[in-house]
Amino acid sequence: MDLVGLAFYFLAALIVISAAIVVFSKNIMYSAFSLMFTFFGVAGLYVLLNADFLAVTQIMVYIGGILVLIIFGVMLTTRITGVDVKSNSLGKIQVGIAGLLSTIIAISLIVVFSSTKWFLSEPKVSGDSTKLIGNELLTNYLLAFEAASVLLLIAIIGAAFIARRK
Amino acid sequence: MQESVPLNYYLILSAIFFVMGAVGVLTRRNAIIIFMSIEMMLNAVNLTFVSFSSYNSDPAGQMFVFFVMAVAAAEAAIGLAIVLALYRNQQTVYVDKVNLMKW
Repeated sequence: MDLVGLAFYFLAALIVISAAIVVFSKNIMYSAFSLMFTFFGVAGLYVLLNADFLAVTQIMVYIGGILVLIIFGVMLTTRITGVDVKSNSLGKIQVGIAGLLSTIIAISLIVVFSSTKWFLSEPKVSGDSTKLIGNELLTNYLLAFEAASVLLLIAIIGAAFIARRK
Repeated sequence: MQESVPLNYYLILSAIFFVMGAVGVLTRRNAIIIFMSIEMMLNAVNLTFVSFSSYNSDPAGQMFVFFVMAVAAAEAAIGLAIVLALYRNQQTVYVDKVNLMKW
């Protein structure tokens, strides 16, 4: 097994273990911090997949933006010192039904993914993807790009309007 | 790169990752943990997009991931603002305690 394979297995284990901590941890701060390792693992997989621009964007947007926002949300809505930081799950029956549904989804997804013969073209060796993405963004996807900027502006205004103190 | 790790490995990893996010959405009651799980599900789908894009050497998948990230950022901002407003009015972030409009 070469270095890329080893890196893939390491990052996959990192993602799965830290995602399990996010979902099953009783302490919400542990969930928030282990979400950071999940995002780092996904960014590492983007590097392995030759998507360097998206790896940097993942670190900047998810870890620098969304994760900080989530930690602010945790700290503003729970009393850190009290028992309120514990976060319980549902009853036994609901957890059983949810586990059954999730197992069905997982098995069907894995069967579909591993049994389909995907069409794969010959991989072209290309250096960085940043120039390619920049060209695509300002030619073929210009309308979606502008719409995304308007969406972000509306989201900022709406978030400030909802969260402000009346 | 393409020989050592086949495409199926990435797809199966993202399937497992997506289902773990779905388990979090279905079983947890805290609204912020539900948010984290939704972000994890979005990340799993992004991973699928990027792996297809890389193995087909087609940049369209990476463009989609870019726009998904923009929408995820907007969703996180709005969602956490709603959670804060909920906590201010109801003093709880548990989604089953919010039953004001339940018949």
